[in-house]
Amino acid sequence: MEEIRGKKVPILMKWFKPKTKDKTQLVTVGDKYTRAVAYVLLTIGAFTMLIPFLWMVSTSLKSPAEAVSMPPIWIPKSFKVENFLKAFEVAPFGRYFLNSVLITSLSTIGELLTTILAAFAFAKMQFYGKNLLFTILIATMMVPGELLIIPNYLTISRLGLINTYAAMIVPYVASVFSVFMLKQNFESVPNELYYAAKVDGSSDFKFLWTIMVPLSKSAIVAVSILKIIGSWNAFMWPLIVTNDRMLRPLPVGLQAFTTEAGTQYELLMAASVIVVAPMVIIYLFLQRYIIMGVSKSGLKG
Amino acid sequence: MQVQFKDVTMSYGDKEVLQKISFTIPEGKLVSILGPSGCGKSTTLMLISGLTFPSNGQIFFGDKEVTKYDAVKRKVGMVFQNYALYPHLSVLENIMFPLKMEKMPKKQRQKRALELAQLVQIEDHVDKKPKQLSGGQQQRVAIARALAKEPSILLMDEPLSNLDARLRIEMREEIRRIQQKTGVTTVFVTHDQEEALSISDEVMVLNEGAIQQNSDPITLYKKPKNRFVAQFLGTPIINTIGIEDYPEVLERLNISEEIKQNIETIGLRAEEILTTENKENALFEGIVSHVARVGKDTTVHVKNKEKELVATNLTIIPLEDTEIYLTAQMKDIHFFDHKGQVIEVKEVVMA
Repeated sequence: MEEIRGKKVPILMKWFKPKTKDKTQLVTVGDKYTRAVAYVLLTIGAFTMLIPFLWMVSTSLKSPAEAVSMPPIWIPKSFKVENFLKAFEVAPFGRYFLNSVLITSLSTIGELLTTILAAFAFAKMQFYGKNLLFTILIATMMVPGELLIIPNYLTISRLGLINTYAAMIVPYVASVFSVFMLKQNFESVPNELYYAAKVDGSSDFKFLWTIMVPLSKSAIVAVSILKIIGSWNAFMWPLIVTNDRMLRPLPVGLQAFTTEAGTQYELLMAASVIVVAPMVIIYLFLQRYIIMGVSKSGLKG
Repeated sequence: MQVQFKDVTMSYGDKEVLQKISFTIPEGKLVSILGPSGCGKSTTLMLISGLTFPSNGQIFFGDKEVTKYDAVKRKVGMVFQNYALYPHLSVLENIMFPLKMEKMPKKQRQKRALELAQLVQIEDHVDKKPKQLSGGQQQRVAIARALAKEPSILLMDEPLSNLDARLRIEMREEIRRIQQKTGVTTVFVTHDQEEALSISDEVMVLNEGAIQQNSDPITLYKKPKNRFVAQFLGTPIINTIGIEDYPEVLERLNISEEIKQNIETIGLRAEEILTTENKENALFEGIVSHVARVGKDTTVHVKNKEKELVATNLTIIPLEDTEIYLTAQMKDIHFFDHKGQVIEVKEVVMA
């Protein structure tokens, strides 16, 4: 036993050796055994996170009987790709998809506009009451989102916007969190650049778009991705402000598979794969920006 | 263009950074603003650029009052201490940026930017990003960008302080060359006296928000108006002897009693101290405490009681621990009153 362990650990270390040739990194991460334990724990954690996702993919290919069988079956006997086609028949997913794309893109563009302008004002401009205003904004971050549903609903309904795309877009074109994150980033752009641009004849507005925004590209991409994911997955609010099913986005559309007679899991999961796929693809391509944005702002999650 | 300040005061809260300063920078000249850190020299530059506004007073460019104009409207060129190049733009795009803001057509602005790149000798690097350049090269780009829109005034805020010693000398000559070639009125802020004295037509010495002296470099060095200027300029620092502690110094000089009354300190530059054989002629006598040789220079320290004088230009190098008599020519002695102001002592009756 001891011998096996004694032999196994070095082999394990070979696998997990970082590819970099920088020897100092080995020292900072700590003792190699500690690192082995850390990697094992991280692997278990990552796998736990993946289970629901794997279950979704596997169920989307199962037959109705396999989907509800106990103990769960992980690999179906035959891959029922037709589940995806069936899902499209049960509900107008094409329409839902377009709705989701429209709502997500417009609210993301809107949020970027308001956020960039606000963050610039807070980061670089001098005006009366700036700090007080910012404090109030930050304070609103402490109000849970659920609490805002009723007042927001009342506002939207008084404006006569119930059952419109605007109802799903307009309340989400501003985000205090994004303003905060971008402000931190804008502040790290040296003041000399701002002065230099002014001397070079650039107005505040031109400086913002020609210098500040390109320099803060990674933070802006990070903010956009977080927004896109949030908007794409939004469920509660679109459900509340729409009655017409033709206006609804994908997550709300998934309800179609839950009827009085029960839930058709294999179809629901097939549809869920369709819903999740674009986000996974976006994430794969842009994950370095997400990590950069989140770690730069000093905030986790 | 001529720049004129009229009673300009600048305060941040209770703190007065500039106290009613007035000066004129003549057209086409290179003028340095020299002073220790915190003296208000960078503030003065910011006021000329229009990036900040004075609390009081007026600023004129030529005959036109520009006090209320912001930086965009004043159209000066400026070089910052850390160069402030736009990191995401190439060298050429950096130089073209001010022209783009002026909405100059693209072809024309490329042509102009290339001309400037040639002027500052950076034409081989126009496609690089600022990060790929050395400090001296970035400096050149910053100068080219500042000159791009043909400003009538060029401002430089400690432009050489991020460079190493050798490059600094090279760049300051470069700045002088470019300034003379373009004839642009240039204001150069520095805390380095050598820099200021070597490249400027005129030097303005600032301390604690007030102008101490504004004159050409030679006058500044030879005829300082007060003790601060005398002590700020020159290495080693000027020797000062307090009359209260060494009354014998004055006794050996033939100055009228009336004037003697007012003298509090005398100043002697290290290189103007001479030796004398005759004790009667000596201004200062003491023991040679230390002789230091650095390269071609020999520095002699002479001590009497608490006071130590430094001489750098003695014809005969004395031995350590020997007694020595020091003197200087009357014209080279600076006299200061109790406020630190210089006293003109012209007529001397020879003994």
